[in-house]
Amino acid sequence: MKSKLVAAAFLAATFGIAGTAAAKDTLTLGIGLEPPHLDPTAGAAAAIDEVVYANVFEGLTRIGSDGAVLPALASSWTVSDDGLSYRFTLRDGVAFHDGTSFDSADVLFSLNRAMAEDSTNAQKGLFEPIATVAAPDAKTVVITLKRPTGHFLFNLGWGDAVMVAPESTENNKSAPVGTGPFSFKRWAKGAEISLSRNDAYWGEKAKLSSVSFKIMPDAAASAAALMSGDVDVFPNFGAPELLEQFRADPRFEVMVGTTEGETILSMNHANKALSDIRVRRAISHAIDRQAIIDGAMFGSGTPIGSHFAPHHPAYVDLTGMYPHDPAKAKALLAEAGYANGLKLRLTLPPPSYARRGGEVVAAQLAAVGIQTEIIPVEWAQWLERVFKTTDYDLTIVSHTEPFDIGIYARDKYYFNYTSDRFNKVYADLTEAVEPEKRNALIGEAQKILAEDAVNGFLFELAQNGVWRKGIKGLWANRPVQANDVTGAYWE
Amino acid sequence: MLGYAVRRLAALAATLAVAALVIFLVMEILPGDPAEVMLGLNAQPDTLAALRAQMGLDRPAPERFLTWVAAFLSGDLGISYTYDVPVSDLIAERMVVTLPLALMAILISTAIALPCGVLAARYRGRFADSFIMGVAQLGVAVPNFWFAILLILLFAVTLGWTGAGGFPGFEDGILPALGALLLPSIALALPQAAILARVTRSAVVEVLGEDYIRTARAKGLSGGAVLWRHAVRNALAAPLTIMGLQFSFLLAGTVIIENVFYLPGLGRLIFQAIAQRDLIVVKDVVVLLVALVITVNFIVDLLYAWTDPRLRKAGSDV
Amino acid sequence: MSEPQLLTAVPTRTPFRRRAIRHPGFVLGGAISLLVLLTAILSLFWTPYPVTELNIAAKLRPFSTTYLLGTDHFGRDILSMLMVGAGNSVLVGIVAVGLGVGVGAPLGLLAAMRPGLISEAVMRASDLAFAFPALLTAVMITAIYGPGTVNSIIAIGIFNVPVFARLTRGVSLSIWQMEYVSAARATGVPPLQIALRHMLPNIASPLIVQATIQFALAILAEAGLSYLGLGTQPPQPSWGKMLHEAQTMLYFAPMLAILPGASIAVTVLGLNLLGDGLRDLLDPKLRGGSKRRLSST
Repeated sequence: MKSKLVAAAFLAATFGIAGTAAAKDTLTLGIGLEPPHLDPTAGAAAAIDEVVYANVFEGLTRIGSDGAVLPALASSWTVSDDGLSYRFTLRDGVAFHDGTSFDSADVLFSLNRAMAEDSTNAQKGLFEPIATVAAPDAKTVVITLKRPTGHFLFNLGWGDAVMVAPESTENNKSAPVGTGPFSFKRWAKGAEISLSRNDAYWGEKAKLSSVSFKIMPDAAASAAALMSGDVDVFPNFGAPELLEQFRADPRFEVMVGTTEGETILSMNHANKALSDIRVRRAISHAIDRQAIIDGAMFGSGTPIGSHFAPHHPAYVDLTGMYPHDPAKAKALLAEAGYANGLKLRLTLPPPSYARRGGEVVAAQLAAVGIQTEIIPVEWAQWLERVFKTTDYDLTIVSHTEPFDIGIYARDKYYFNYTSDRFNKVYADLTEAVEPEKRNALIGEAQKILAEDAVNGFLFELAQNGVWRKGIKGLWANRPVQANDVTGAYWE
Repeated sequence: MLGYAVRRLAALAATLAVAALVIFLVMEILPGDPAEVMLGLNAQPDTLAALRAQMGLDRPAPERFLTWVAAFLSGDLGISYTYDVPVSDLIAERMVVTLPLALMAILISTAIALPCGVLAARYRGRFADSFIMGVAQLGVAVPNFWFAILLILLFAVTLGWTGAGGFPGFEDGILPALGALLLPSIALALPQAAILARVTRSAVVEVLGEDYIRTARAKGLSGGAVLWRHAVRNALAAPLTIMGLQFSFLLAGTVIIENVFYLPGLGRLIFQAIAQRDLIVVKDVVVLLVALVITVNFIVDLLYAWTDPRLRKAGSDV
Repeated sequence: MSEPQLLTAVPTRTPFRRRAIRHPGFVLGGAISLLVLLTAILSLFWTPYPVTELNIAAKLRPFSTTYLLGTDHFGRDILSMLMVGAGNSVLVGIVAVGLGVGVGAPLGLLAAMRPGLISEAVMRASDLAFAFPALLTAVMITAIYGPGTVNSIIAIGIFNVPVFARLTRGVSLSIWQMEYVSAARATGVPPLQIALRHMLPNIASPLIVQATIQFALAILAEAGLSYLGLGTQPPQPSWGKMLHEAQTMLYFAPMLAILPGASIAVTVLGLNLLGDGLRDLLDPKLRGGSKRRLSST
């Protein structure tokens, strides 16, 4: 009899536990890269935004899960007819996590700090069009631009443009203080960053009481952590080769979403051979995109034919312009005077899309007579050699900034590509405001890049999320580098 | 003996000073600007200049070297470029992983190697001896990172008993944390155990041949008593020396094993710091490791000299 | 040949060859080493499939008659890759040990023959080199000069220099002070001639034994560096890199990790057995001399 009671109590306890588990209100996310620090206004690392964007820090506007611009700390705004003056109305009752209140003085401080001479903001270019910032009263901010800027509201939604307080900026790198629905709790370096719910949040309060970001750079360890329940969600799982396993497992869902990552075989137009459009077109014909996606990414990714994201409304499918055709590639090379072969360096940064993709690309180029020397580098060296001094021939990299086709209009960008035709189209685009006209110009820009075969356009990175069943309200897509957990909850 | 120790100590300080200079110079020629790495792709030139000035990178190299050494000696290890926290905090945080890992490895290695070595010596030439020495020969040949992968394959992938890596931290209890270190420490211990077993065996074999052991035997002491009470105790010097020397192997081993198991330890810190050009961390950690190795070798030397009087004078050739 | 056979104290009544074939460790180790060497040479001329051509349609195949040991994630034949990997490892061993002997042995000889400043300088420099954890330094060297086979061989070879310098100095120091050498010195024979004629033959045995062991250690070190992604680079296959690639695929293709690791282990085992055997055969006195080997690696 007694043992029955014990058993009943045990069962009750078990179900009790099961009951609380269903009402779980904590979430553990796995992220691949540890952020160097947590101040999004003082570093370019995407890993910073992946933790703090929307969760801890907010800007005047924010980017939603579909890439649209939404109001954030500014509840509304008006734009003057000439497109030069933006008048923002700030929200009431907003406070930073340390209790200090948020008003127009903080906006003034944040923007001036970002624009300042000695600013270490990594995206100073975002603020470059700003002529003046004024605060007529505590709840109003007026920003005047030097020239019309089509995506200015979008730019204000970047992590680099979030609002910070003069009282706390000093320590934001190690103990960030923002206005978001979560406040910073703890950072165990190399292991985990935890956030807890901000109960004084101005808007709808978060459903989760705490969220932690576990740093798991290794795919094998990540897979094990998901299996054992140490991690609930991997928003962007690094090893596509392991996805099949999670698809087959009823405890998980695999969410295939989109990113803004155009993965390209960048070419240095300062190289004599690569300055010849026939050689670039030959390379484009030599590339078999599907083989790269299958071989390096285990089938995950969407082929692209220009530098543009396929899920964007203004996307034009140009993948048919250079079909995989080794014979044609050889003919083009012969025409350009490289019938006896060509030797190029292929510099590869650390991510597996580049290292594995590079091996496939090297083999495909070898098949048409282009010998490549593979040079693997760390990010530090890649920045120095490829990006800064452009001492490279070919490289593979994913450009993950949203809507970054403008890099082709930059004067000294690392491709060393200049096209008056493209520059003209892009200049028109930055000043165009009408959606229809914008889309037409964007399409035109994509076509020019494809026709010029500026780079080898490979594929759009997929966002392969592995989610434990029952979690809702997370982003499946990745319009900005962020893991917005503000709306997440367990079913 | 004292004179010898003082001489060795002076040599130790000199080695350390030269090592510090070498490390500094190596860091100077390391390509890649730390400021640029921190700011990333779209950094503007003026932003970069501002950050460089903030980090003190715009000052001449000799000045930076002296500042670094002076600060280091006063216990100030500087601020990590990438994490923006004091390097000493970072090292302390990582030591919490690496130190238990290394200690567990030494413990496991000793616990396996000493009895095995003694057993092999006791049954010299018989099956137990050949078997143990055969396994030891294999143990020396197996790369520890491959052994680590095999352990993961067996215990994590096939049996599902443990995770495939990572470290839960000590906040959630000591046992899970030590549990996460178990496979890595076994992987780290294996080659060390194999070497230690071989050394133990030959030391015990040697002692067993000495006259006083024969005398003890002749006096009628049992085999086991002779073995444990006399032979093993007298043979311990050699294995102890080896354990001291294995220290630097262990430290180097953690770089690779921590990478296999994704443990946030010192070895992984330095590996990442090199990749991220967190030069101050690299310099500090390498100097600390070198200092540790030199100190351990110094102690080993002293022990050696202490056990062998002939070496006290000509000690510098050891 | 009236010089004393310093290191072969035991009279060699049985011919070397007879004793050698009766030494099981030596025979096994020699056989393995020979097999690896022959595979390495064969891989220069022929492999079942080319290792630089990818065939993604045939990826991750199991063992079969077409692909004896299966294929990897790019559809490359594993057997072919292991063969080329053997070539890579042998090359690394030869160059790294060659560097160590070529630079270290003359330095050691010099130190033995010129006591004082030179000797002191050589010994202190090797002290310094031993103070740096070898793998760590190799990681730094490849970080500076870029990863690759050549740089990793140099990074490994550098640490062989003090090993051979110390060993050579230790052995030749005693020979330098022997009577017949002193006599030769007194009669004005040039030092270089003494070194080549009298000393080199006597230090050859311990050098050969040590070289075998360092060869094995070089293969292990290169595999470690390649595993970390700092050693041999694609498209050239190497055992360490194959292991690295295989780690995320353990769940569905464990053989990709098991085979290259086993290749490393067997090769190193063979070399170690060969080294131990050679030591027993060339110099029974050095038996159980793993102490020296440890302190010098």
